[in-house]
Amino acid sequence: MISQFFILSSKGDPLIYKDFRGDSGGRDVAELFYRKLTGLPGDESPVVMHHDDRHFIHIRHSGLYLVATTSENISPFSLLELLSRLATLLGDYCGSLSEGTISRNVALVYELLDEVLDYGYVQTTSMEMLRNFIQTEAVVSKPFSLFDLSSVGLFGAETQQSKVAPSSAASRPVLTSRSDQSQKNEVFLDVVERLSVLIASNGSLLKVDVQGEIRLKSFLPSGSEMRIGLTEEFCVGKSELRGYGPGIRVDEVSFHSSVLLEEFESHRILRLQPPQGELTVMRYQLSDDLPSPLPFRLFPSVQWDRGSGRLQVYLKLRCDLPPKSQALNVRLHLPLPRGVVSLSQELSGPEQTAELGEGALRWDLPRVQGGSQLSGLFQMDVPGLPGPPGQAPSTSAPLGLGPASLSFELPRHTCSGLQVRFLRLAFRPCGNANPHKWVRHLSHSDAYVIRV
Amino acid sequence: MPYLGSEDVVKELKKALCNPHVQADRLRYRNVIQRVIRMPKLDQWGQAEVLNFLLRYQPRSEEELFDILNLLDSFLKSSSPGVVMGATKLFLILAKKFPHVQTDVLVQVKGPLLAACSSESRELCFAALCHVRQILHSLPGHFSSHYKKFFCSYSEPHYIKLQKVEVLCELVNDENVQQVLEELRGYCTDVSADFAQAAIFAIGGIARTYTDQCVQILTELLGLRQEHITTVVVQTFRDLVWLCPQCTEAVCQALPGCEENIQDSEGKQALIWLLGVHGERIPNAPYVLEDFVENVKSETFPAVKMELLTALLRLFLSRPAECQDMLGRLLHYCIEEEKDMAVRDRGLFYYRLLLAGIDEVKRILCSPKSDPSLGLLEDQAERPVNSWASDFNTLVPVYGKARWATISKYQGAERRGPELPNTASFATPGPLIPEESKETVQELPDSEVLMLVPSCQLTAEDFEKTWFSLKVAHQQVFPWRGAIHPDTLQMALQVVNIQTIAMSRAGAHPWKAYLCAQDDTGCLFLTELLLEPESSEMQISVKQNEPRTETLNSFISVLETVLGTIGDIKS
Repeated sequence: MISQFFILSSKGDPLIYKDFRGDSGGRDVAELFYRKLTGLPGDESPVVMHHDDRHFIHIRHSGLYLVATTSENISPFSLLELLSRLATLLGDYCGSLSEGTISRNVALVYELLDEVLDYGYVQTTSMEMLRNFIQTEAVVSKPFSLFDLSSVGLFGAETQQSKVAPSSAASRPVLTSRSDQSQKNEVFLDVVERLSVLIASNGSLLKVDVQGEIRLKSFLPSGSEMRIGLTEEFCVGKSELRGYGPGIRVDEVSFHSSVLLEEFESHRILRLQPPQGELTVMRYQLSDDLPSPLPFRLFPSVQWDRGSGRLQVYLKLRCDLPPKSQALNVRLHLPLPRGVVSLSQELSGPEQTAELGEGALRWDLPRVQGGSQLSGLFQMDVPGLPGPPGQAPSTSAPLGLGPASLSFELPRHTCSGLQVRFLRLAFRPCGNANPHKWVRHLSHSDAYVIRV
Repeated sequence: MPYLGSEDVVKELKKALCNPHVQADRLRYRNVIQRVIRMPKLDQWGQAEVLNFLLRYQPRSEEELFDILNLLDSFLKSSSPGVVMGATKLFLILAKKFPHVQTDVLVQVKGPLLAACSSESRELCFAALCHVRQILHSLPGHFSSHYKKFFCSYSEPHYIKLQKVEVLCELVNDENVQQVLEELRGYCTDVSADFAQAAIFAIGGIARTYTDQCVQILTELLGLRQEHITTVVVQTFRDLVWLCPQCTEAVCQALPGCEENIQDSEGKQALIWLLGVHGERIPNAPYVLEDFVENVKSETFPAVKMELLTALLRLFLSRPAECQDMLGRLLHYCIEEEKDMAVRDRGLFYYRLLLAGIDEVKRILCSPKSDPSLGLLEDQAERPVNSWASDFNTLVPVYGKARWATISKYQGAERRGPELPNTASFATPGPLIPEESKETVQELPDSEVLMLVPSCQLTAEDFEKTWFSLKVAHQQVFPWRGAIHPDTLQMALQVVNIQTIAMSRAGAHPWKAYLCAQDDTGCLFLTELLLEPESSEMQISVKQNEPRTETLNSFISVLETVLGTIGDIKS
């Protein structure tokens, strides 16, 4: 299957290089790959490249390139899946996948590769089997401790802080030293949704798509059975109906192969015995029929005086979330026509910022409360702009005033309405500490485009 | 060996698939296969490997086939994309004779494929899109209701957007054409010029079936007066009027005014061609061409000048009064002052044609203005699934058929070939006789080195006579792929002093050649090369007028070297 496997940093420095078959012919394959990648013409895809007698397939993960070479005509899906799985495994073992963690854990990575692949054939990628063979410990930059949180509750008292873990809590290595029992047994469950929306210039909704995943990262010893309960009224497919209301609906669902589904039909409960590490329990998608209104609506109005070259864009952003929710890190990216010279702005709130960069306007709103309306007025000078002829100031958008794209995060909110009701562990693992269960719901935008 | 769950499984599988005796015993083979398929404990890599192995199995009865397909059904719903695609490919190949089963499978795999197309991983998305395009070649309506999933998103990398635009172009049908065209129209004004041009070409592709709407959109785009848009629109118009003559009127009305916005060679050629062929319907055609003629001295592209000559002559036939003068000036420039020989030749040709009389000119230049049947020929008629089933789930759809052909040719040559040997060493190949037997071959001291003399002058009749009088001394086959280039072969043989007495034309079926060579001792080698149509081997028959095995072997090796080298350098 695979001839060589290597990991390059984002600048092309080789971090890991493993030759399984010895058929590189004495050439520096990693160097070859990077040169080919950077020299590729724009319309060719870099995913699979060919040079001499070998194919290079790679994925980009956290800024790193994970590359496999092969000289046979094998399935691209299997190979891409293998690379993704390797990325996940390395992330599990080293805490997170980045240039720093890889360079600190080179020995561990090579040991992993030795066990996972033999002469280029996949032996196993399951955490279960691997933990019997891997001896090296992961090196972390600083040991993680919940005491790092700024305010620590008194012994036994449950303060607000101890209910919240920083988002980096899950990014520690999974298999630390076997004798260390003081590490907390924890399990992190994320319901993450990606929202893609396309709105036409007249305000009509062209496309809405939600891709959701339920991801589990378990630090519990494997074999602990857990049950995840989802919203009972959650229906799959267009014809099903449960409960009394319109219900929460998804179009399609797919599960990881190790999930037991006996109770899914009746009570929407998933049972599984997850191995340590990361696992995607369930994937679902929903199109065209969101139960809740779209989180953002944009009302742009454009005034363009061709004679004087003055372009005025007034953007009104309305957030349609429920009043208690908020959106974080909202950024609106609006490409501008070529040759925009200056920008003057009037924004409706103090913490917002807007700036001109790389031919586009970037408007940052760190926090938007549900139900609120924010606006910004931007005036620019665009000398010499081509477009539909006409002397009078027109309201049609000049060429190059591109579609506005929004990126944002919606914490504690799922667009489809799916929620995890409970997460129960069937039996207590050995060790006295009560395992901590962290459940998080999060939606973020994948491609939220509004045409102007 | 891939790890398939346990040692026993591996042993059984090896036994089942490698041992010919086991294969002969139908019942045992079937049991083994079934046991393997029922392995629930395999992980996704083991399952993918098993599915790959099973591609080699030929079910012997319909019942067996459907049994296996039923067992494999669960793999189609696996969460691992590698397993799903492997199972799909196996279905497609096993059910070769049952197109409705193949269609069923493709319906079942629609869901996973679409999910992969919207996956977070761009690379997976790209691989899935390539396979979607593959499926659309056979089932154009398959994804039509899901066209929205193929709308391009702003942040996607360029190569994914290009694939999506191609898919959109191919899944158009009556219900979604309006929305798809609107979406593509939006892309035509994209900031990236490459992407905009790709979208315009896609609209051109759709225009073959939905001509009116597309021509309207393209005309609107001309109104934007953007250089990169105008040139591609004009090129699209040129291709369109050839295939869909009904839109000529609309195109002619849209053209005036776009000459100001075109600077590149392709666009100019397209515009000039249109003006030449349809100039009688475009009022200001002569004046536009006059502009080009005025500036012909500063025109850098010879292709544009050639196109200009032809177009002006055509227009002259329909509007002689307006064009006569500038035609004269253009011909004068091309013949007297032009440095590019191709342009000059064409100018001369037209001049002489004009001298021959206007009727001659009309006869030669008035070709049909459109050929709608070409569109039907060109249109990828729905290809049967079996033509690409074996390429599914491999790297072939990811590269595309054209690129794969060059890659596999390159790979084949690499594996076979040494580099082109030095011509000096052609006539003196390495010794064929092993070292130990050199002592025994005392009577022919220079037998290891074959010296072919260039002066083998044998007439055709002599050759024929000698050929029929001798018996075949040596016959062998030589692997050969592709077409023969007789001239190249003849020249290469000449270098090693092998004369060609007779050779078939390129492309003749069967292809034959007769060669003659003589070595310095006077021994003649008469050779026949025969290539049957559709064969991958060339038959070589050699006759020698003196029975000398060593020189014969040397000659064969020289011939093989030449043929091998020619085989590698195919244009």
